[in-house]
Amino acid sequence: MNVLVVLIPVSIALGALGLLACLWTLRHGQYEDLEGDAARVLLDDETEPPET
Amino acid sequence: MTAACPACAVAPVGDGPAPDAEGEVLHLSLPDIHCASCIRGVERTLAALPGVRAARVNLGRRRVRVVTAPELDPGDVCDALSGAGYTALELDEAALAPSGDPAARLLLARIAVAGFAMMNVMGLSIAVWAGAEEATRALFHWIAAAIALPALAFSAVPFFASARDALRAGRLNMDVPIALAIALAGATSLYETITHEGTHAWFEAALSLTFFLLAGRYLDLRARAAARSAAAELTALEVPRATRIEGTARRVVAIADVRAGDRLALAPADRAPVDGTAESAALIDRSAVTGEADPVAVDAGGAICAGEIVLGSPLTLRATARAEDSTLRRLARLVEIAETGRHRHQGIADRAARMYAPLVHLLAGLAFAGWWFGTGSVGTGIAVATAVLIITCPCALGLAVPTVTASMTGRLFRGGILLKSDTALERLAEIDTVVFDKTGTLTEGRMQVALDGAAAGVARALAQASGHPVARAVDAALAGHVPAPLTDLREVTGEGVHGLWDGAPVFLGRGSAGTELHLPDRVVPLPLEEVLRPGAEEVVADLRAQGLDIHMLTGDTAARGGALAGRLGITEVASAVSPEGKARAIAALADGGRRVLMVGDGINDAAALAAAHASLAPASALDAARVAADGVLLGGDLRAIARTTRTARGALARIRQNLWIASLYNAIAIPIALAGLATPLAAAIAMSTSSVTVVLNAVRR
Repeated sequence: MNVLVVLIPVSIALGALGLLACLWTLRHGQYEDLEGDAARVLLDDETEPPET
Repeated sequence: MTAACPACAVAPVGDGPAPDAEGEVLHLSLPDIHCASCIRGVERTLAALPGVRAARVNLGRRRVRVVTAPELDPGDVCDALSGAGYTALELDEAALAPSGDPAARLLLARIAVAGFAMMNVMGLSIAVWAGAEEATRALFHWIAAAIALPALAFSAVPFFASARDALRAGRLNMDVPIALAIALAGATSLYETITHEGTHAWFEAALSLTFFLLAGRYLDLRARAAARSAAAELTALEVPRATRIEGTARRVVAIADVRAGDRLALAPADRAPVDGTAESAALIDRSAVTGEADPVAVDAGGAICAGEIVLGSPLTLRATARAEDSTLRRLARLVEIAETGRHRHQGIADRAARMYAPLVHLLAGLAFAGWWFGTGSVGTGIAVATAVLIITCPCALGLAVPTVTASMTGRLFRGGILLKSDTALERLAEIDTVVFDKTGTLTEGRMQVALDGAAAGVARALAQASGHPVARAVDAALAGHVPAPLTDLREVTGEGVHGLWDGAPVFLGRGSAGTELHLPDRVVPLPLEEVLRPGAEEVVADLRAQGLDIHMLTGDTAARGGALAGRLGITEVASAVSPEGKARAIAALADGGRRVLMVGDGINDAAALAAAHASLAPASALDAARVAADGVLLGGDLRAIARTTRTARGALARIRQNLWIASLYNAIAIPIALAGLATPLAAAIAMSTSSVTVVLNAVRR
């Protein structure tokens, strides 16, 4: 059972990381235009130089 | 470029101009955009425009936010987009809902926290259910408590706040049992964790309850926010500006800056922005203010109310009141008075809660007393009472209404019907009488004349020779015909216009049977008929087929009202009704036990719209009417009204089904809980299955 001492903090820390990421996306307004973001995925990124 | 980390993926990748920069912010409506290449096209066009510093398209709202240099004219930006093939309309920023609704954002944050805590605690709980014993179980309970209690303190705030408000007002709503279940589950579990007395901790139940209910609430909020934002956009399209005459110069100013005594230039078809007096004789369309379909002639010095439209020739208006003191605002007060009645409406969820909450609380109280008495242990009593409260599935009951309203509001939204108010759907389902306004609602506010060929040309030529309102209306109605070449035109006041057509006398004016056109060989009566809005006849027939009574209330004359009602087969007609009279008529119908749906578009309808049980306004309506109405119909077709009432009744039936489903789960679960056999595992399973059933029932076609 000693393994719990490591595993539980690790699992909670990972969960907390996910939560923080979610709150971060929220703060940056990434839920304002879900339809638009879904469409933007399809846009080619034309500012990159062509691959050689 | 492949995004190696999440931060790179969301950072701007040089796609068009940067989303943010300093400068003037401009919002444009782009009604036609629909795909990724539209986004690219709009943002590229704008980036290429000198003076544009940033632009970001919002595809969901069909809008673009542009940051420009101060000297750039909004008209140029619109022109550039039109040149690229995208219709662009300027929006008034003040009338738009601020982007990134803070309430929705906070709700999402609460959902995120509740979801995180639920998952972690559930993981720990599964270990406990799988058979963790003694010290391990205690440890797991302690960790769960450390996660759950702060998470609940943040996430469950909306339920506690709503329950507190309801109790303070001496009412019961669905949030009272929910808040009680969450609070008791948290407290009991903490107690059991500290004392190690019981084996049951309900942290995951409290958290999943919070999570599911918040998710339901968010969906509902988002569906309505989309409808509200679209309705606000209609207002924002009318950028409030007026042209003020300053000496010899003309300046465009915001309507809020217009003072009494200012002289405003109005072009034909302009709406008067404030109350004022005409500086010269004019012809105005009062239909939005009084409901009269016929244009009215106003002498120099005559009063013109805000909202009236200038016809014919340009006019100088001398303002007598500021915008906020104008007729529009005076009627807004009437709306506020009328609206107080509607706030008393109790939704079906609250009515269900009024039956459900006392029953559950009584059962929980009895369970507590019985087990305390039977076992002599307070702890056991509280544990069973908590189990009863949690397992009675306030979750499914709490989701029963918002999931249905969210799904139906969304469906109506896609059909061009914007419902703004949260109880509108239920109220629309309850109506038994529909009251229509005439001018601008059933009709388009235009006239038509049944004339063709040469006669139409003669009539138009004669009409153009006169400034009389009837002549102007005939002229406008025959706009598609070429005036015939007439000579010797002369107007006889009070009679009509005489002329010569190929040497033969012709006449347009008052005859024995109203307006007549005299041709050399015959006399043609010229009844001016109002042009019906598309779908007007069908919607009246359809609503009647649905078993609803149809009434018409109009500010126009009895002759016009009666004529139109006859065409549509409406028998209940009241004509020449004042705005206050309309609201009173609605109130009288309500006193007679009727639940009235009011459909209207003018300022004179605003109070009636607010007083009615439910109300709809066409998109062409004046702002005051759109604000007062529960819903706005985009597109000109009135058949949407019949669709709305049908969908609303379907939604109410679906809500009832959901409440029954939730009750059925309760009927099975309550005896088990009362017997003290309920475990947290059973509660988790019952809660999830009942909630999923309810949600699936809400979203099915």
